[in-house]
Amino acid sequence: MGISGAEWAIIGLSLRVSLVAVLLTLPPAYALAWLLARRRFPGRLLLDAAIHLPLVLPPVVTGWLLLLLFGRAGPVGGWLEAQFGLTLVFRWTGAALAAAVMALPLMVRAMRLSIEAVDRRLVEAARVLGAPPWRAFLSITLPLSAPGIAAGAMLGFARSLGEFGATITFASNITGETRTLPLAIYSGLQLPGAEAQVARLAVISIVLSIAALVASELLVRRSAGARAHVL
Amino acid sequence: MSFEISLRHTIAGRTIALDLVSDSRLTALVGPSGAGKTTILNGIAGLVRPDGGRIVVEGVTLLDSRKGIDLPPEQRGAGYVFQDLRLFPHLRVEANLAFGERLATVDRRWISRDEIVELLGIGHLLRRWPATLSGGEARRVAIGRALLSGPRFLLLDEPTASLDAKRVEALLVLIERIRDQLAIPILLVSHDRGEVERLAGTVVSLA
Repeated sequence: MGISGAEWAIIGLSLRVSLVAVLLTLPPAYALAWLLARRRFPGRLLLDAAIHLPLVLPPVVTGWLLLLLFGRAGPVGGWLEAQFGLTLVFRWTGAALAAAVMALPLMVRAMRLSIEAVDRRLVEAARVLGAPPWRAFLSITLPLSAPGIAAGAMLGFARSLGEFGATITFASNITGETRTLPLAIYSGLQLPGAEAQVARLAVISIVLSIAALVASELLVRRSAGARAHVL
Repeated sequence: MSFEISLRHTIAGRTIALDLVSDSRLTALVGPSGAGKTTILNGIAGLVRPDGGRIVVEGVTLLDSRKGIDLPPEQRGAGYVFQDLRLFPHLRVEANLAFGERLATVDRRWISRDEIVELLGIGHLLRRWPATLSGGEARRVAIGRALLSGPRFLLLDEPTASLDAKRVEALLVLIERIRDQLAIPILLVSHDRGEVERLAGTVVSLA
């Protein structure tokens, strides 16, 4: 089964979009997870609901909301273009944004669980031993929740690889720019005689997803000294 | 005075009140379980904010609710050996010991790691993970970790709980040595009368 240059390009684009989406989302997702796990503040339920919205909305609606916000005429999109000359619509960066928003709830959920599982009494012990709050966070909460970070990144990456609805709505389906694996498979299905290509791309999708899963499991095992598992 | 403590705290509908003035090297706080002994220690360490009160240790005011003084835990200088020990599970014994030591400024450190290892007999445990330690070993490491943080006073919460008789004796000898050789006041919480009478200069009962 030979993979053509065009197919390699699709794979490369998919990996780039997913990787950027996950890296972009990791810091805010962890911050949100920590807030929801450790702090009580007014509007907490509302924030929780807003984060989970992409999980329950039809992805097309999420894509449409992104268009309203980040489109060239949208408040955020217009500002980004005026300030930094950054356009998201019809660009691979837009596909990464759509993937990031769709991956956010999954990443926050995984990280939040792992932060909640960190025994607060250990954080207290660190404080009594002389650590200010930020230091106790860096030396206790962060390393002990590392398996959740790896799990969240894996889930986010897999979700980003498979992202379709919000991407095609917001970033469209442009060869070499926003046509990631799922969009390419969808496009292939519209064409007569592309069955072999569709099958190849589908197999590649499966391989990539399993690779992401295995990689994160290895990562977690190494970081936690074989005491924790994602799966 | 080593300890001047006056606290009022209501938790779960129960009021804990304590007035304690002691100049002993080792002061014991006794009382039945549920009397709030650990809550008092947590209040002194800064982990629980009492409804009201005043805590002065060795002339330093840690809490004075009327004057609005309430030092955060990291500034109180407590060496707190928790009843549940709370060793950091992701750090080896040596890193657990070094945790508070690295955070203490040089002038605050009054004992070296070598001295602690010698005093507590934990040299052979340094490369181990906390999960692999026995109860007695873990307790000695927890005591060492507290002493290395350069504390101005020591809080021991039921230090002989869940140890067998032989280990209890070894630990009591160790506490006597810390009391007699190290120049910091100790507040010990216990429900064991015999242990308290043997160790403490001053005994305060919490009803």
